[in-house]
Amino acid sequence: MTTARLTRRTALAAAATLAMPRIGGAQPAMIKLGLIHPVTGALAGAGGRCRMGGQLAIEDINAAGGIKSMGGAKLEALLGDAQGRPEIATQLVDQMAEAGAAGFTGCFASALGLAATQAAAKYNIPFSIDSGIADAITTRGLKNTFRFFPNNTTATNDAMAALDALNKKAGSPAKTAVIVHEDSEFGTNSVKLQAAMLPKIGIEVKAMLPHATPTRDFTNIVLRIKAEKPDIVLISNYENEYVLLARTLVQQRVDLVSTFSISGGGFNLKFAKEAPTVAENMIDFNHWHNPKDPRALAFRKRVETATGFYSWEHPFGYFAVKLLADAWERAGSADKEKSIAALNASTMSDHFMPYGATAFTNGQNSGAHPVALQIQKGDMTVIWPDAFADAQAVFPRPKA
Amino acid sequence: MKWLALAILAAIPFALPSQSLVNIAMLTAFSAFLGQCWNIAGGFGGLTSFGHAVFFGTGAYTGAILQTRYGLNPWLGLPAGFLLGAAVGAGIGAASFRAGLRGSYFALVTLAFAEVFRVLSNSTDFTRGGLGINIPLNLSWQNFQFADRRATYAVVLALLVLATAAATWLTRSRFGARLAALRENEDAASALGVDLVQTKTLALALSGGLTAMAGVVYAQTYLYIDPTIAFGSERSVEMLLVAMIGGAGTVWGPLLGAVVLHLVADISRNFITTPGFAPMLYGVVLLLIIALLPQGLAGLWATLRERIRRA
Amino acid sequence: MTEIVIAGLVNGILIGGVYALVALGLTLIYGVLHIVNFAHGSLLMVAMFAAWLLAEKAGLSPYAALPVVSLGMFALGWALYRFVIGRVSRGEDRAILLATLGVAVVLDNLFLTIFGGDTRQIETDLTFAMWEIGPLLLSVPKLIAFVVSLALATALWAFMARTDTGRAIRAVAKEPEGARLMGIRPDRIFALAYGIGIACLGAAACLLLPSFFVSPHVGNVFVLVAFTIVVLGGMGSFPGAVVGGLLIGVTESLGGLVLGESLGPIGISLVFIAVLLFRPTGLFGAAR
Repeated sequence: MTTARLTRRTALAAAATLAMPRIGGAQPAMIKLGLIHPVTGALAGAGGRCRMGGQLAIEDINAAGGIKSMGGAKLEALLGDAQGRPEIATQLVDQMAEAGAAGFTGCFASALGLAATQAAAKYNIPFSIDSGIADAITTRGLKNTFRFFPNNTTATNDAMAALDALNKKAGSPAKTAVIVHEDSEFGTNSVKLQAAMLPKIGIEVKAMLPHATPTRDFTNIVLRIKAEKPDIVLISNYENEYVLLARTLVQQRVDLVSTFSISGGGFNLKFAKEAPTVAENMIDFNHWHNPKDPRALAFRKRVETATGFYSWEHPFGYFAVKLLADAWERAGSADKEKSIAALNASTMSDHFMPYGATAFTNGQNSGAHPVALQIQKGDMTVIWPDAFADAQAVFPRPKA
Repeated sequence: MKWLALAILAAIPFALPSQSLVNIAMLTAFSAFLGQCWNIAGGFGGLTSFGHAVFFGTGAYTGAILQTRYGLNPWLGLPAGFLLGAAVGAGIGAASFRAGLRGSYFALVTLAFAEVFRVLSNSTDFTRGGLGINIPLNLSWQNFQFADRRATYAVVLALLVLATAAATWLTRSRFGARLAALRENEDAASALGVDLVQTKTLALALSGGLTAMAGVVYAQTYLYIDPTIAFGSERSVEMLLVAMIGGAGTVWGPLLGAVVLHLVADISRNFITTPGFAPMLYGVVLLLIIALLPQGLAGLWATLRERIRRA
Repeated sequence: MTEIVIAGLVNGILIGGVYALVALGLTLIYGVLHIVNFAHGSLLMVAMFAAWLLAEKAGLSPYAALPVVSLGMFALGWALYRFVIGRVSRGEDRAILLATLGVAVVLDNLFLTIFGGDTRQIETDLTFAMWEIGPLLLSVPKLIAFVVSLALATALWAFMARTDTGRAIRAVAKEPEGARLMGIRPDRIFALAYGIGIACLGAAACLLLPSFFVSPHVGNVFVLVAFTIVVLGGMGSFPGAVVGGLLIGVTESLGGLVLGESLGPIGISLVFIAVLLFRPTGLFGAAR
């Protein structure tokens, strides 16, 4: 019994210390910012990149003199590993709120974002979503939740507009399509919208092929694609399956006008480097920076020098933090109500995303749009919309 | 005396001003509850299950579907979840024990059942497939959604007491004695007239029903479930670890296991930020506990108590 | 449609060959140590990273790396049993199970710390090599994997049946006490058997790499399949693992065609449950 009490007391004492990290050194000119991402578990890679982007933003803001309207207040990052589990994301919000966090960014995945924003809403602390595309994050009426980046509906609508534009420009070579998608939230959500919209842009959907995650082999799916003889294949799935499907399409010599993925999980510069033959000329509709902005190129170089790999998650993490800092700068305060009011009135245009100035309706930035990307000569190029394009689309792709 | 001390310790978080400390207490109690649920079948009955997520997920989906699809009050999820969880447990149990499965074979069949449920929930419209179910945010106690973590903690604590009472009952009742007899020696117990299939099936049904209630609470707390969250193997492993590390087949084992595992996980997560390092440490601690405390933490407790008594 | 079914069948058989190799190690470990090796998936992941590193940094083809990786994995498996699993668990079944789980947690997160969570792959000269039979296009790396898997399975079976070491392993598996009386040290044999089981993963990793991907979570992708094959074939049975592997490969492939690739995976689990409930000894297993 003695031991039991000891264990329990030690437990509480230890818990108390970890609930209030570094509270002793609290200075008035410090704004604490919670960065919540999955940096272990299945989402670790992408979550880590979001976190790094956020840390770079804090570094830049502090180097430039902090929040000037608050007497140069510096930002301090509270880092949290949500491990891909909603209950841990919630726990981190509680801990950081009590440690005095004035704002949050995160959480890479929608399921984590849903749990974390809801927890932060109880404290009315502003939450700036980095990645996490589910519409529901900002449609649930949470007053504290803001997303600078596009939601799923916008992404899918834009993707169809992009496909239509590319197709028309090339003389409409694509008339039929097969949709391949993974069967969890990420794929299913956008596929319903795609299937409804494709006929409107003159593309007939010949088949929809859902698959599980993980799927170990794509030969069957590719054979069914082959049997349908579509002009294009639309893909929505995660990294591992994306890589396998793309490779199998080449192996089975499927003759296509193009592939067109929407938020293709595996479509990135590492893919372009490790699988150059497969990746060349693949098109993905996804997030990217504005390649015509020199700051974006400098940012990419900075990340690549540090880690060797740059992806859209880096600027996402970066601008999720910048959005909050901009609000604090204008509010002249990190007070919750004032920051939320400032976020609602946000017109941030000092960024290098292809978005224009921010304008929030119910927490969603209505100016945010993804772009069409193509891997050309092993590098990432933007091919649509024309305002941000740094390359001509290769569409239809050359015959093998 | 022991009970009083425990009751006081359990009550302390209600007096704490910090929501985050209450939340840690809540998560620990939740783990202990899950561990105890597993313990009822896995510890007392020796039915080593690797797929208890099948019950957890059943409960989570029951609660979520009843309110989002049929507009029923979320509180009804608890009894409904218990009944459905128990039914699933009875079904799996009857099939497995009739076939004479035990040990690794039983473990694997539970694993497979959880996987079947995961795939099914992932591909049928009734469960909204891979989209998962979003429970609308509507904080009020009538709606089983609490703004204050202490309320959630109270619910979890009540369930933990319920499960622990069930475990205590197993140590004192004739049913528990029959179950223990089967665990120790199936042939001998059967020869003495213990109905193997019925006894084990009941134990699994009880365990399954309680586990499903944990699923209901989870869904009400985090308001979003999908097939992996509900039926993923991580949950099964967590339940098994809590009970086994604490001491399987003892009433207090899951409590000890949950407290220690949460301490290790929370502390390492908070003090070491290198990705992957904290869970790695968790694995090392696990290995150390297995190596140094073969009977689990409850065994250590028993040994220490014995020593103190002698001294 | 017939074309697709035939293609699916052939493809299933090819994949089944590699599944069999992954399962072979698992069934050997179960047969001798009577435990379900929870670290199996993690060790496959370790082997795949080893093969990937050799390919990426040293330019070594995965096929050339096969003997090296297998030997390395043997050493790792042997050492893991001798210094961690065996020691931590003192031979108790329940503790061995937990110990393998602990090893899996440590390995998964160690590799996550070192390599990050991203997916990696290689593209070699053979990646796009296809063998054309009529309308069918068969991937050459998959054919190689299939042939080498079956050859290795045969070799392993011969080793167990014909050599003194193999006999000693089988003796320990059947009668540990009896074997001890004959002067065989069971703990050494356990470490040896664990090492051989893990060496199979080394070979499987090299054969898989050209047509798959690598990430710290790649092991999970194969674990349930491997369990299913082992149970289907009969725990501890080599021919069972091979036939089971092929059957599961075909079930998965045809299940995907009939039910769709979303519901398809349920086929594997249903086979698994059905075998456990109605024929727990599997196709080739001896009485429990």
